[in-house]
Amino acid sequence: MNLVINGQDYHDIPVGITVAGLLDHLELPRKKIAVERNMEIVPKSTFDSAVLSDGDRLEIIHFIGGG
Amino acid sequence: MPKSAEKNINKLVVAGREFESRLIIGTGKYKTYQENADALVASGADMITVAVRRVNLSNPAEPMLVDFIDPKKYTFLPNTAGCFTGEDAVRTLRLAREAGGWDLVKLEVLSDPKHLYPDMEETMRAAKMLIDDGFEVMVYCTDDPVFAKKLEDMGCAAIMPLGAPIGSGLGIQNPLNIQFIVEQSSVPVIVDAGVGTASDAAMAMELGCDGVLMNTAIAAAQDPIRMAEAMKHAVIAGREAFLAGRMDKKHYATPSSPLAKEGMISTPDSP
Repeated sequence: MNLVINGQDYHDIPVGITVAGLLDHLELPRKKIAVERNMEIVPKSTFDSAVLSDGDRLEIIHFIGGG
Repeated sequence: MPKSAEKNINKLVVAGREFESRLIIGTGKYKTYQENADALVASGADMITVAVRRVNLSNPAEPMLVDFIDPKKYTFLPNTAGCFTGEDAVRTLRLAREAGGWDLVKLEVLSDPKHLYPDMEETMRAAKMLIDDGFEVMVYCTDDPVFAKKLEDMGCAAIMPLGAPIGSGLGIQNPLNIQFIVEQSSVPVIVDAGVGTASDAAMAMELGCDGVLMNTAIAAAQDPIRMAEAMKHAVIAGREAFLAGRMDKKHYATPSSPLAKEGMISTPDSP
């Protein structure tokens, strides 16, 4: 299935993947990031159970230096 | 003692949280995260501002800020830099809350990149949205006492007027306005932006501000770590001077030593 992650198109994502599975797939440390799915926050506590759907738009953010 | 001094003499208290230092530092523009972390230690600050951005998906192993500055040890104050509407600000800070798990945030809704002045109309709207969403809002604002009062009445946790444009290092351009804001406010007033060197930070504190927030003054100094330490002392010195209450200014000299002839040594040639 297809996802849009941080504005980029991703194809060939396995159907039924969870947010946690996607983070592993992308090699992202789940403790240091936050995820928004179709404009809604995905609570960290639901990463393991939240199953993604074809066409989902995700934002994955972290903290960087700023004033 | 001025009203603001009675609020809390020893510690900065924002939204019920106590901070040992009255200096808050930004984490932008440092050469490396390590330099940033070293400057933070030298500054003695216990709160830092951070920005929220997309992770770099092409390099997930890239070093992250939290690898160098421990969020368990320091209070991260996520900002809304880059947001130009209330909706963007709320969306950004909801993500920050999920990433960090805290609700104390810095709202800044900027306008023209040339002066980066806060868009106060949009700042007011965003502040209301954030407060309604359960955030404790420390708000970057113009040094206009009228807007400052409106933001306080709305429920903002701290009022953070600019001293001068962001990153300008020009020092406090309108001390009178800062003083008006300090006198009228019952929440902390923190000068945010415009500090260039230690005397600017001391001046903010001498005016009765509860704290100072700075980024470029430290990050862009020739020796950021040394400047961080200078700022630590400046904020303490300015605060102490404010609490001590300065002497009255006079137009003419008053001698520090007795001028009377009596008791002076003299020679036969003395007039």
